[in-house]
Formats: sequence, structure tokens, C-alpha cells
Amino acid sequence: MPEAYVSMWKLRVPVPGASDEGDGVLMHGWCGKILHIDLTTRSVRVEQPPVETLARWIGGKGLAGTYLRPHITRDWSDPLMPLILMTGPLVNTPSPTSGRMCIASRSPLTGTIGDTSVGGTLGTQLKKAGWDGIVISGRSADWCGIVIDDDTCNIVEAPDMKGMTTDRVANHLKTRGSTLCIGPAAENGVRFSCISIDGHYLAGRNGLGLVCAAKNLKYMTITGSGRTSVKDPEELKLAREDIFRLVAASPILFGELGITNYGTGALYDLMDTRHMMPTDNFRKTWFDAAGTMNPYAYKKRYGTSRTGCRGCHILCKKQTGDGRAIPEFETMSHFSALLHNEDLETVIEANRLCNQLGMDTISAAATLACYSEITGEKVTGDRVLDLLNAIGSGSSEGALLKEGSAHYAAAKGQPEASISVKGQELAAYDPRGAYGMALAYATSTRGACHLRAYPIGHEILRKPVATDRFSFSGKARIIKISEDMNAVVDSLTACKFVFLSASLEEYARAYTAVTGEPSSAQDLLAAGERIYYHDRIMNALNGFDAGADDLPMRFFTEPGTGGAGFEVPPLNRAEFLDARAKYYRIRGLDASGLPTRETADRLELEWNG
Amino acid sequence: MEGMIRKYADKLVKVGLCEPDAPLIGFLDADVVWNRPDPLTVELQKVFDSIIINSLLFALPTEPYRTMIRYLSRSGETAIYPKDCETRTFLHDLPIAGSPDAATIVAALKRRKTLIIPEHGIITFGTVSPEQAFIFYSSVCFSVFVKFFSDYLLQLKQGTLTDEFRQAFRDVRRYVPERIHQPPARLAVGPFTQENRVIEAIIEAGAKTVEYELVDSFFGNISYRMGDTIYISQTSSSLDELGGCIDPCPLDGSSCAGVTASSELKAHRETYLQTGAGSIIHGHPKFSVIMSMDCDEPDCEQRGECHRRCPRTRYIDGVPIVPGEVGTGPFGLCNTLPAAMVGHPGVIVYGHGVFAPGKVDFTDAFDTLLGIETGCRDTYFRMVGE
Repeated sequence: MPEAYVSMWKLRVPVPGASDEGDGVLMHGWCGKILHIDLTTRSVRVEQPPVETLARWIGGKGLAGTYLRPHITRDWSDPLMPLILMTGPLVNTPSPTSGRMCIASRSPLTGTIGDTSVGGTLGTQLKKAGWDGIVISGRSADWCGIVIDDDTCNIVEAPDMKGMTTDRVANHLKTRGSTLCIGPAAENGVRFSCISIDGHYLAGRNGLGLVCAAKNLKYMTITGSGRTSVKDPEELKLAREDIFRLVAASPILFGELGITNYGTGALYDLMDTRHMMPTDNFRKTWFDAAGTMNPYAYKKRYGTSRTGCRGCHILCKKQTGDGRAIPEFETMSHFSALLHNEDLETVIEANRLCNQLGMDTISAAATLACYSEITGEKVTGDRVLDLLNAIGSGSSEGALLKEGSAHYAAAKGQPEASISVKGQELAAYDPRGAYGMALAYATSTRGACHLRAYPIGHEILRKPVATDRFSFSGKARIIKISEDMNAVVDSLTACKFVFLSASLEEYARAYTAVTGEPSSAQDLLAAGERIYYHDRIMNALNGFDAGADDLPMRFFTEPGTGGAGFEVPPLNRAEFLDARAKYYRIRGLDASGLPTRETADRLELEWNG
Repeated sequence: MEGMIRKYADKLVKVGLCEPDAPLIGFLDADVVWNRPDPLTVELQKVFDSIIINSLLFALPTEPYRTMIRYLSRSGETAIYPKDCETRTFLHDLPIAGSPDAATIVAALKRRKTLIIPEHGIITFGTVSPEQAFIFYSSVCFSVFVKFFSDYLLQLKQGTLTDEFRQAFRDVRRYVPERIHQPPARLAVGPFTQENRVIEAIIEAGAKTVEYELVDSFFGNISYRMGDTIYISQTSSSLDELGGCIDPCPLDGSSCAGVTASSELKAHRETYLQTGAGSIIHGHPKFSVIMSMDCDEPDCEQRGECHRRCPRTRYIDGVPIVPGEVGTGPFGLCNTLPAAMVGHPGVIVYGHGVFAPGKVDFTDAFDTLLGIETGCRDTYFRMVGE
């Protein structure tokens, strides 16, 4: 079959109320163009959303939601279910930590809305190419790739690339731009398969790699050469200075023991010290070998160097001298404590293997821990790698494990052994050690997610101030506000880590400087509330209510591991339910956790019951 | 949370920022609770309804802050722009408005963390806890104090003082105590060789630093070196409440459990390594901050960048003043402070505060901190003609 080749031309996008400043630029921050690609018909079209729409939804997660909403009740594998790549207005500008983007669809793992913020250079290349986002629908007859070079788009055949691991795809393409691809795991139906960006950055959670596979889309490359217009560069410079100053003042980010020096693994020792490190499939919360599996141990053994996303000076990624990635904190913790593995090299290799096969490390490790609990088999060393290979290929034990821990545990008659919410496995923070985290896991709109509200910021890291981690008092509203804030962050699209020091006050200044849209911290927060409620509406359309906003019963019946002068008791179920009821009220949901017409109207959201 | 709002209402009174019954603090989870009834809660409820927050604090400050605010807002200014580190880093500027109505308050708090309403009070908020509102309130008072006294000294030197400012200064001066207290009875005697003794000594020294008003917002940091471990107060911890807020940090970095340690851990560590000190107290005493910003080089090519690029070595009573921002960035004070600590009794960081080292316990460090502040205070009032 010949290559389909479509040529598109740069579009001048008139912005209502704006004047041409003589340089041909009429829109700032946004490009004003969304590319729609239909893989079934091999056709494309260009949409020019009005600036009011862009300003209302900002970009990233917010804007992606508007393209997902009409299709949200479709099955994730339906060709008409879109796969959405969306940048934010700050991307490809000097705004700090702005090199991210959002990838969204309906999650094959949870059935909820699925969205994930991802770094690397893809977002920047997409903006350089002149696009705010891409909406991909349809299904190619055979494996294909999409090649975007500024305003041209090729849909190319790629049957020979089937089975390639993500690192081989990246090497094979050798683009000067950015790559997106899936690995064998997605091709083989792994529910928690991820999307790999530039060979190193993962859109990890929710199984969105499987949506790519359902479209027979193996890869994309995006190369751009344009610039994103900034309305007020001097004002942006001042906002940058404010943000840089706050980042430099943050011990968590720039401190001696912080993320810049040790990567996100900097949290490892702290979680263990606080006795909230998930161990032995969440049956314990303290890992006796943590002192030999911490980021210092990696640094000492591998001599780590730092790298990071485009447009970020925090540089949280670490790698070994031979170029292998040092695992992120979640991976570092789950492939050690959760499996009771005491070998560093196994963690490094498990991380490498998951990345190359294209699987979410959190769900992969947690699924192995579930398997270990059910079978009684100790899963360490080479057995970890064997099982990961089996999952990635869908062979032997992997044929069932690839469905995720919830499906596996249910099939084995022990559903309680899956430590998941809405089918997605918990990250490396035990909720018995941080009650806000407990509520946040339960209410997250994409299944157990530590990042939707990230209460670790105040419950553990003391930012902006410390809260009592063993109390639900006040947590309902704090979680709601944090969810709103992070919805904005994922729409801008900035990095959540920077908000451990800076705030929307500084980012509102940057946003206004870039786009020219008047804004404030509270204006952005209000947009975040709308974006998050939109998630709840979409999930409700698929039947998600209070029954799904819950934690595994283990956390209400079994204590964590005490010590160091304190106990880690089970969560009090009545207190949890009371906090959740308060959350529903504060969020403007009914007692069943369902959206209401009244709140939808207040937030000016479309209502279809 | 009822206990929390009572705690911070009481604390505002205890530290002399508010009269009894002045603080009005509301906390909103599912419903709003106030620390006391007040007709103003009707208007403030509208603020809760209009912006996404969970805490509000409204209170008229005591003197001398009231007079300072009255003067600094005298000509209808819409904001005050102090140049100290606290404002630059966290508050940016201090907006002013004329009326305590909900619409005015909402418009200001949508942009900034605080609002000054002269003759009515200062209003601040939190999105996580009432503690945020308390910290912002305390920081506004500190920044206003520094701004008022700095401006007075500058205008006196420039010969531009107005009668109005002179009168305001005389009014304010009545409320500033004549001398700082004498040093306390000796603090716990070191050297400390057990962890529990180290922690007790840090807690004691922290509480004394607050009691002697040598910090603003209760922040600052304190550390002690025992062997190859630095024990240091945690980030965002109140120096008068350090129980459970002290991190042990191995000098070799073999554990990251201290990632919650003060943002100045690196500066402390380098100071220990370069000076052989055994303890460090860092506070933000007001007159040390004010005097650190007094410079007679109006045409300096780095004017406006003094806090990070001051090209001269300056001293007050033999104590060096160095540039440096909070933390470990390229302009961080960790790059300037440790070397300056060598051979000096202490160091003042421009617009920020004092770092005072001790040998084996906190007594000498505390004396140094207090002595530097007393010296700066005396120098200030001598310069303005007292």
C-alpha cells in the first residue's frame, strides 16, 4: 500500500479582540490549531478552536477532556475512541518546567477517563510544529506510524516494527525530533501497557499504550521548527525569576538531599522512616533492607548522572554510567520493598525491562506482589524478570497477569489480594501512614493515583505547611483543592514537582505573560475545579459512583508496621466514610458520589445526566 | 480544626501581633467554623464563597504596625514593596485596599496571599491549614517593620524626610522597646553525645530564639553536629515547636530521610566542614535585616541586585554582610555564607538574617545572635540621631 501523504499549510488564526502586531502573530501561547487524524480513512483535518475555548480549558488535560467527552461511553478499543495528545500554552516558551504534555483516552485498565502527564521533548516538538494537540481516531488496517514534520503529516506503514521494544523503535527511527511508541506489551494486550516518549519518558498509568495498539499505531515522530509567541517576554522573565527563586529555596527540589541530586528516589528513605513504605504487597509498611536499597546506594554503586525534560532545570531523571535509567521512586520502592527484593540490579533491570516492553512499572510490580501473595512464591531476582517477560509476551502465567492485579486476584478467588482502586494498583505510599493519601486514592478519577492530589506534599514533605498525617480532619477540602490545582497544572502543562515550592500565584503571572489572557491564581483554580468535575461527569456516564471510590479492605482491618515510638493502626472505616461524604459535599456531588445538574450549571459544564 | 484556629488566634496575641480578641480566624471543611462570633463573619463568608481556600485570618495588628501601615499607605498606594528576602521570595508585594468588603478582599486575594486594609486589619488565607494564614500575617508585620525603618534611614540620609514621616517615626518609636533583653541564663551545657540530648538542646534554643523575637514567622533554622551527623530543624517548622521536627542528616549523604530538613542544610553542612563549629542558629532579627540593606553606594552598578550580587565586602561591627538567596540555587547563600563564617563571630545575609555559630552547645551561638541584633539596633538609632 502506498504511503498516504497529506500536506497541510500554516494557518493564520484570527483571534477575536486581538490585533495583528505586525509580525503575523495573532495568538500567543497557543498555536490555535488542533490536528485530527483518522487512521481508518487515512484522512486529516485541521480544527481552529476559538481562543475562548482554549482559555476556558487552558490546554493539556483540560482541553483533552473536551475531545474525550463525546466518546467517553465507547469501549476503549472502539475505533472511534480518540487517543488525544495535548500540549499546554506554556510549552515551548521559557516558562519553567513547561516541557510536558497530556495523553488521554478511556483507560483500558480502569474504564475511567484515562490521562497522564508525560515529559521528554514530544510536547515541545508538537508546539514547535505548530499544533496545540492531536486527536487520533480510527484504526489502521495494519501497523502504522505517524510522521509529523511541522505542517506536514505522513501516515506510514510499519508492519515490520511489530514486536519491537521501545528502545529499538527509538533507535530505528533516528529522528531529530521526538518519538512516541508502544512496545510488545501493548501489542500483546497488557492492560497496564504504557506509551514511551523519546525512549526514556513514560506515559505510564492507565494502560493507554493499549489504546495505541487498538489503533494499530506503533509510533509517531514529531519534528517542529517554529516558535511559540509570548505576549509579554519581560513579564515572563519576572515570573521565571520568582519561580526559580522558590525552587532554589525548596529542600525537596534543590536541597542537598532533594530531587535534583537524587531523583524522585529522594523520597525512599523518608517513606521508610515514616513507616509507610508498602512492603510485601501492603502487608507491612516498613522494609528492613531499605538502608541498602536507597538512592545513596544507587549513587554509590552506579555513579549516577542527571538528566530531565526539555525546559526543566530540576532534572529529576538519573541514569547509570552505562546509560541505564535509575528507577523513579515508585519503581524503586515497589520493585524492592513490595516484593521484598534486596538486590539493586534486579530493580534496575526490572525498570529497564518494563520500559522496553512498554509497561507501567507501578502496576507491573504490584501485580507481581499480588501474584506472590496468592501463590506464596517469593518473587525476587531472575524470577521478577521472567514474570515481567511473561506478562509482556502474554505467555504462561503472563496470560492472566497481563490483565492486572484486580482481574488476576478475582480469577484466583482472592480479590482482596489486589491492592487497587478502580482496578489500578496503588503507588508507593501506604494510605495507613497518610490519611489524606487514603482519601485521594479513593476519590481519584483515574483509579488509585498518588498524583491527582499529592497530599504527600503537606502530610510528609511539610509543604506548604505540615498537616497531621494520622487525621482526616480538614482533609476533604484540602484534597478537593489539591485536585483542582493539579488539574490546572496538567492543563498548563507544567510539572507537579515545582508546585512543592512555587504556586499558582507565580504560574498565573507566567500564564498571563505568555497568553495575554488576564488571570490570577484563583482564576486558574476555578478552571481546575471545572476540569476535575468534568472528569467526574464522564466517569459517572460509565457508572462510576461511591462504590468505586473506596480502598481495599486490608487498610481498614490490618495495621501497618509500627516502630520508632508510634503505631500505624488500620484506617477507621467510619472516619474514612465521613471524610468521603464531606468530600462529595464539598465537590458538589450527591451522596452517591454522582455529579449534580446544579454543580454542572454553576461550573458551566454541559449536562447530559 | 477548631483547636488549630484557637491555637493560632492565641499565638497572634501571645507574640504581640494582635490585641486579645482581635484575631478572627475561619476554617472551612464541609462547614465554616470561626474562633469567635463577629459581625464581620457575614462579609468574610462571602469571601469563602468566592475563592477556593479553606482558611481566612482577619485581624487588626497592634502598634507599632498600625502606625507603620497608616504611614506607608498614606497616599493611596495600592501596594507596599519591601525589599527583604521574605517578601521577595514568598509574598512578592503587599497589596493595600481601602475597604473590608468582600468584593475588595476577593479581588486582592485572587492574586496575592495577603491584603492590608489600613485601620481595619490584615487579611490572609490558607488552602491547606490556618497555619499558612498565620505565617503570612506574621510575615506581613515583619516586612512592614523592615520597610518602615529602612525607608526612614534612607530618606534621612538623602535629606528627603518629610514632617509626616518624622512624626510617624516618633509615634512608632514609642512602641519599640529601649533594649533587647539580656541574654538568658545559660542554655543546656554541651557537648552533647546522645541524640536525645541534642534534640532537647535544639528545642530549647529554638524556643529561646522565638521568645527573644529573633525570628519572623517563627522560621529560621537550628542545627547541631554530633560526630558525622547534623541534626537540623525541618523545613517550615516553628522554632518554638520543634518537638518531632528535627532531622538527623548523615554528613556523607547516606540517607535522604532528611529531605524534609531546612532549606539551609547545605549552608550549615559547609559551615561545619569549613569552621569546625558545633552548632548554628539562624534567625531573622529585624534590625540586623534593616542594617544589612543600608548601603552608601547609590551608584553601584549592581544596585537592585544587592541581595545576590553585592560586589563589596561590608561589615557591621566586624560582622560581615554577604549576598545570597534562600537555598541552593546559583545565587544561594550556601555559596557565600560558609566562607564568610571562617574567622568571624557570625554573618549577616543581606536582607535576610543572621547565622551564628557555637562551639559545643547553643549558649555562645545564642549570645552571638542576640549581640549582633543589639549592635545593629544601637547602630540604627545612633544613625538616626538618638
